[in-house]
Amino acid sequence: MSAPPALVGLGLPDLESRVSSRMLLWLAACLAITMLLTGASLIVGTSSIETSLGWLLAPDTQSSVILWQIRLPRTIGAWFAGALLGLAGAIAQGVFRNRLADPYLLGTASGAALGVTISLLAADASIAGLEWAGKIGITGAACIGACAAIALTIMLSRGVLQTASLLLAGIVVAFLLSAVTSLLLLTKPEIWRTMQGFLLGSTGYLSWSSASLLGIVFSICIVPAALLARGLDALSLGEDTAQSLGLPLPMLRLALLGVLSLATAAAVGQVGIVGFVGLVAPHLVRETVSVNHRQLLIGAPLCGGALLQAADLVSRWIIRPAELPVGAVTACVGGAYLVFLLWRRSRDE
Amino acid sequence: MVCVYRSAPALALALGLAWTLGALPAGAGALNVQRDDLQRDVTFAHEPRRIITLLPSLTETVCALGACDRLVATDRYSEWPQQVRSLPKAGGLDDAEVELIVALKPDLVLVSRSQRITDRLGELGIASFALQTDRYADIAHTVTTIGAILGRSREAAELNASIAAGVNRIGAQALLRRRGEGPTVYFEVDRAPYAAGPGSFIGELLARLGARNIVGADLGAFPKLNPEYVVRYNPDVIFISAMDAPGLAARPGWDQIRAVKEQRLCSFAADVNDTIVRPGPRVADGMRAIDDCLARVAP
Repeated sequence: MSAPPALVGLGLPDLESRVSSRMLLWLAACLAITMLLTGASLIVGTSSIETSLGWLLAPDTQSSVILWQIRLPRTIGAWFAGALLGLAGAIAQGVFRNRLADPYLLGTASGAALGVTISLLAADASIAGLEWAGKIGITGAACIGACAAIALTIMLSRGVLQTASLLLAGIVVAFLLSAVTSLLLLTKPEIWRTMQGFLLGSTGYLSWSSASLLGIVFSICIVPAALLARGLDALSLGEDTAQSLGLPLPMLRLALLGVLSLATAAAVGQVGIVGFVGLVAPHLVRETVSVNHRQLLIGAPLCGGALLQAADLVSRWIIRPAELPVGAVTACVGGAYLVFLLWRRSRDE
Repeated sequence: MVCVYRSAPALALALGLAWTLGALPAGAGALNVQRDDLQRDVTFAHEPRRIITLLPSLTETVCALGACDRLVATDRYSEWPQQVRSLPKAGGLDDAEVELIVALKPDLVLVSRSQRITDRLGELGIASFALQTDRYADIAHTVTTIGAILGRSREAAELNASIAAGVNRIGAQALLRRRGEGPTVYFEVDRAPYAAGPGSFIGELLARLGARNIVGADLGAFPKLNPEYVVRYNPDVIFISAMDAPGLAARPGWDQIRAVKEQRLCSFAADVNDTIVRPGPRVADGMRAIDDCLARVAP
């Protein structure tokens, strides 16, 4: 009989070491896949694979730009964005004790969409608006919108203590902000195509600076997340139990939601709304290896990063030199995977 | 009244009834039957006098035919000519205000083929006529058809001749001015980036001006490109919105594109942009705006 993952996290040395060796193998496999995808990303683009290999062997000025300033930062940026979404998904599922929770549960996606809509409208309205929008960019507007939505959700739920009211407030904020976005879009349909690009996600413009920013945010997020993992293990036993164990529950939840918010806002700001990665990555980890929350919080980012890298490759390969929105690819793959999980579960039952 | 009939027997029966009841004025002459782009035969017993247009290019066409005074409302995006700005606005492409339309008692609503409103108007007994204007060739068809509906066929023929003359003149001037091959161009319709391909209306205008589109026809009218495609094909000139122009060099690798390095960029004010993206009677104005910019910035 094996102990549940939560108990493993609370300290059963023999079980934990057994899990760790399997986990190490899993981590090695995940890193190998990431390396493979990174290599593949250098030869997948608007050119044929033969041409790309030729560029790698004998680069000229233009091919160097394409290989090292476009393809490589794009795949590395996609990895970090996916990793942040995976991390945020794992935290959301832990905090809300619901495996269907995803990083956008607090209204981040709707807030980011509204931020982008307002910046596009402002840019269209006046010279001052254009300057303002130019300064913060789509990325900044999305990030600000996401953070504002989270603040609104927390304000509406009067703090972070009540899971049910937080969830409800998140849903209300998401609907409310989506409605405002739709109303604003009606006044200026010309920006709809830009909005669609944002809503379906895009990794096309990830540069070294955006990849670096995502990398920095990931480093900032992963450390406190790993430190707070034990708290998530305790929380998975129930809020009352966690409190009886002497955990400072309000602080714990606030810190975890802070990490979740930062990770999601940064990812949404850089790649738009990419669905399913945050939801599916923790599931993929749990399905392939038995983990406690600390391991999950390391595994889910690795898995999420590889997932978004793979989706990015698919999006630029299938109809090259045109490309599919990366969010559409993740939705197709993620949706299919969830259907498979449901089918397998119903079959086993 | 304008009536819509979907089959010949129904048309005959209705005409018989109308004649019997004296609904048709004596000496009304031959009925005007026009087929719209939804393949419906629409019969006009007399020229429509109260018209609502739900697409800017249709508004512009009605006015260019000298029938602006017959408009009782337009869609909210119709802003040309000046006099339509004061008309009631009956919503947008997909959110037309049915209640307002009914209240205005139009005898014809001009719509585009994709609009859901057509069925709803039919249920309410309001005649609609669908015209799809996506390409350059569609402009002449739209002008001719609206001219026939409005009893302005002569004006329509003159308008078509004037549009064709303007377009051909600007195209010929552009080709004469240029020695050798035209510049390679990339026309960005959205930052995603979506490009205007050769199969789009904008693509047609560019081709008539001798510009060489870096986007292949096989990619469709408005393909979403991998941004590296533009870097790879290194256009001489980039058409881009004023909002996105300042950020071009910040896109990864785009600072190496010739058009960006040498600032060979074309952006248009919103009212000029309307003439470029809307296939309508002002097509020559749009083409001239593109040509003026090409003459200014192309190598």
